[in-house]
Amino acid sequence: MSRWILDHLWLIPAVPFAVSLVILSLPNGRHKSAAVLAVAGQVAALVLSFFAFLPTLQTPGFRAVQNFTWFTFGDHALRLGWLLDPLAAVMLMMITLVGLCIFVFSTGYMAGDKNFVRFFAYLSFFSGAMLGLVISNSLLLLFIFWELVGLASYLLIGFWIERPSAATAAKKAFVTTRIGDLGFFLGLLWLYGRSGTLLFYDGGDGCLETGGLNMLGASATFIALLIFCGAMGKSGQFPLHVWLPDAMEGPTPVSALIHAATMVAAGVFLVARAYPIFSLGAINGVTASLMVVVWIGVITALMAALIAIAQADIKRILAYSTISQLGLMMVSLGVGGVAAGMMHLLAHGFFKALLFLGAGSVIHGCHGEQDIRKMGGLRWLMPITFSTYAIGMMALSGVPLFFSGGWTKEEILHVTAHWPASRLPYYFLLIGVLLTALYMTRQIIYVFFGDRRVASQHAHESPRVMTMPLIALAICAILFSIVLTPAWPWLHDYLTGTAADVELVRLIQSTLFLSLVLVGAGFALGIWMYRKVGVQDRQRPADTDPLEFAQPQLFRFLENKMWIDELYARTIIAFSWMSARLSDWMDRHFWDRLVRGFGGIGQLLGVFTASIDERGINAGVDETTVGTRGLGRLISAAHSGQIQTYLSVIAIGVLALLLFYAWLA
Amino acid sequence: MSSAAVVIIAILTLAAALAAATLQKLMHATLSFAVALVGVAALFFLLGAEFVGLVLVFVYIGAVAVLIVFTILLTRRDVGKDRAANWGGAFLAVAVFGGLTWAILKTQSVAVVAPHIRLVTVKRIGEALMTSYVWPLQCVGLLLTAALIGALVLVMEEKP
Amino acid sequence: MTPTLQLFLIISAALFSIGLLAALSRRHAIFILIGIEMMLAAANLNFIAFWRFSPQSQPPTGVMIAIFSIAIAAAEAAVGLALVIAVYRHYRTTNVDHLNQLKG
Repeated sequence: MSRWILDHLWLIPAVPFAVSLVILSLPNGRHKSAAVLAVAGQVAALVLSFFAFLPTLQTPGFRAVQNFTWFTFGDHALRLGWLLDPLAAVMLMMITLVGLCIFVFSTGYMAGDKNFVRFFAYLSFFSGAMLGLVISNSLLLLFIFWELVGLASYLLIGFWIERPSAATAAKKAFVTTRIGDLGFFLGLLWLYGRSGTLLFYDGGDGCLETGGLNMLGASATFIALLIFCGAMGKSGQFPLHVWLPDAMEGPTPVSALIHAATMVAAGVFLVARAYPIFSLGAINGVTASLMVVVWIGVITALMAALIAIAQADIKRILAYSTISQLGLMMVSLGVGGVAAGMMHLLAHGFFKALLFLGAGSVIHGCHGEQDIRKMGGLRWLMPITFSTYAIGMMALSGVPLFFSGGWTKEEILHVTAHWPASRLPYYFLLIGVLLTALYMTRQIIYVFFGDRRVASQHAHESPRVMTMPLIALAICAILFSIVLTPAWPWLHDYLTGTAADVELVRLIQSTLFLSLVLVGAGFALGIWMYRKVGVQDRQRPADTDPLEFAQPQLFRFLENKMWIDELYARTIIAFSWMSARLSDWMDRHFWDRLVRGFGGIGQLLGVFTASIDERGINAGVDETTVGTRGLGRLISAAHSGQIQTYLSVIAIGVLALLLFYAWLA
Repeated sequence: MSSAAVVIIAILTLAAALAAATLQKLMHATLSFAVALVGVAALFFLLGAEFVGLVLVFVYIGAVAVLIVFTILLTRRDVGKDRAANWGGAFLAVAVFGGLTWAILKTQSVAVVAPHIRLVTVKRIGEALMTSYVWPLQCVGLLLTAALIGALVLVMEEKP
Repeated sequence: MTPTLQLFLIISAALFSIGLLAALSRRHAIFILIGIEMMLAAANLNFIAFWRFSPQSQPPTGVMIAIFSIAIAAAEAAVGLALVIAVYRHYRTTNVDHLNQLKG
């Protein structure tokens, strides 16, 4: 079976894809068959992944590659391939396991939605694309799946398309990640131009092997940075993080699967996969591109943690926490701890999916309310949700010893502390740990402790179909820590391709105490700050946040996400407005006239005087009115609506191209 | 294959094509278009691609030209006279032709005579279609089906 | 005297330009379609000519591409004409000058 699956790796993504197609063709009312099909597809993918996982356990540093030719032009063959190595195998296991929990949860959460069938079709489609992404052995194939997960994300964020906010958020996510993907694509082309191959591993000639790397030379830095652009977009790194919080407009299981556990981690995965390019020519483990990765990660981790303190929407807090954790992973990769970063990615996948599903359960119980200031006192009403959420929260905060997040975070702190270039990222990350504990304490106090408020009056525990995945994920979040401890660093050695051994002494490390102190301080600070939440103070009204009361300006700054959206609106979007206006002007006054210019030299004079008359006089009036009109109108005004005008422009283009080539030859 | 035959057929073809592009009556233009296509098919014959020539005749003159005629009949009310040509279009077309000709004459590697070749029999084409080109063939089949259904949906009477 | 590849390329360039002329200058949608079909025929002529004048390959690639291109052109013509009829039904005209809904 294991032998067989190595030759048929493509089956793993193909199964969810096929399921997705079948579900799409179901009539709209067939809720039950859609759910059964989707879950069955996910189970099949899990089983296949497990069989693919087995052989990687047997030999350290296992790698199975299966390349094929996509098509040939002339002497060039464009080759794609599948790849199974420890990195891909653990991702497969994580995605299918978390995915299965979330699929089951969704059957409860989405029950009653009129587009239930469509939801599962999209979800299966996403699952297939994500599985394909991790086992690609070609940057091009990876890029294809990369775009497919982007498409799935777009479809699912905008799933409740009748809400304008969801439609806007979907568009924003799509456009923002597209900015990063443009860089990624350029990097891909550049890489192909230099090395002549996009295969990762190809018996020594792949672009991650010495054969390909030797041809890169000094351009490796730029290629790596361009690829990192794509990772920044997908993984919500500063400055392209703005889409991720808005993506919470989608249904909560989507947030859990796509925008917490798997897709957003794809950026981290990409950097880990392309690590040989990033670290090419490293001196003492430091290169220019890795330096950028580290600092972007530090900025993201700290900024997002700060913003999370002042958010009121339960899902947005988790979204910012995701951004912050992804920043942490990037730092880890940048300082050379690839295994540590990937371990955190996997652990994060489990506990963040758990937290999001817990949040979904809370929202479900509170009848769709997402504002934590309106909840409170839920711990007796939703005991299972509360206890699993608490486990997730402790894993996220990094409580040592029993929770997976604690071990991986310490591992990251450990490698960051030994980064030769600078100690600053280490100190920043320590602040980040404190802040994480603080905002999670705040959230949990608001939601589960204190008196019941508006939304929690009639709250109820969720049905079993939703609590079972929570319990399963909570168990995963705890049990997973067994393979993460420094005493038996099985996963670490599995990823780096060495054999693991047991040594209990390594359990006790200095970072362990440090993080214990920091996390404890974060909890204590949180409990002290938010002990009177929802209670009328002598000076403070009941519905204001304690931090808001103490530091109104700081709170306003953080609550509004450091005004980054507004900053973009003033700069980048304003710039594109300007260029749209310029294009419009060019179109009306330059291109259009060029086309018309062909309309007979004899008529030219007449046309010219007429246009001076029309445009010279009208333009003055128009320009002022145009200034007040909307952007959409401006862009649409660029089109004359005459197909033959368009066709003429194409013909002119053909002519220009022809002359250009003839001139070259 | 002699130059004289090629030139004569080319002149006929291009004249018919020019007529199709400039005649005022739509029906006349369509017939000229069919004649031009016969000319192109004749060129295909001369080049040794008999099968493609036949396909061109069947598909274009048998199907497309007839379809165009039907469309003209169906949109009868509007079939007035069309103006022959506007100067902008003519200028662009001449410019493109000039550019192409210049590029062709400038490129020395295309000034070659035809090598002697083995005939392309229908049998060989059929074999190629069923072996190396079987996927494209299936895709084209799917495309044609989709186009057929799409065209039907487009022209179906809208329900009141 | 035997003809060279150049001759065929020039014929096809001329046919292409005539098609372009029809597509650019006529105001009737059907004419535009005819023009596009002529341009496609010119492209097919190029395929066949290049195939005939180059060292032979197995399978005969140029011929195959021409066949597929004719099939696709037929599909395009069918949909195009259906669009003309649909547009005519809706607007009572096939004059593309009047079809400027996209104008901003």
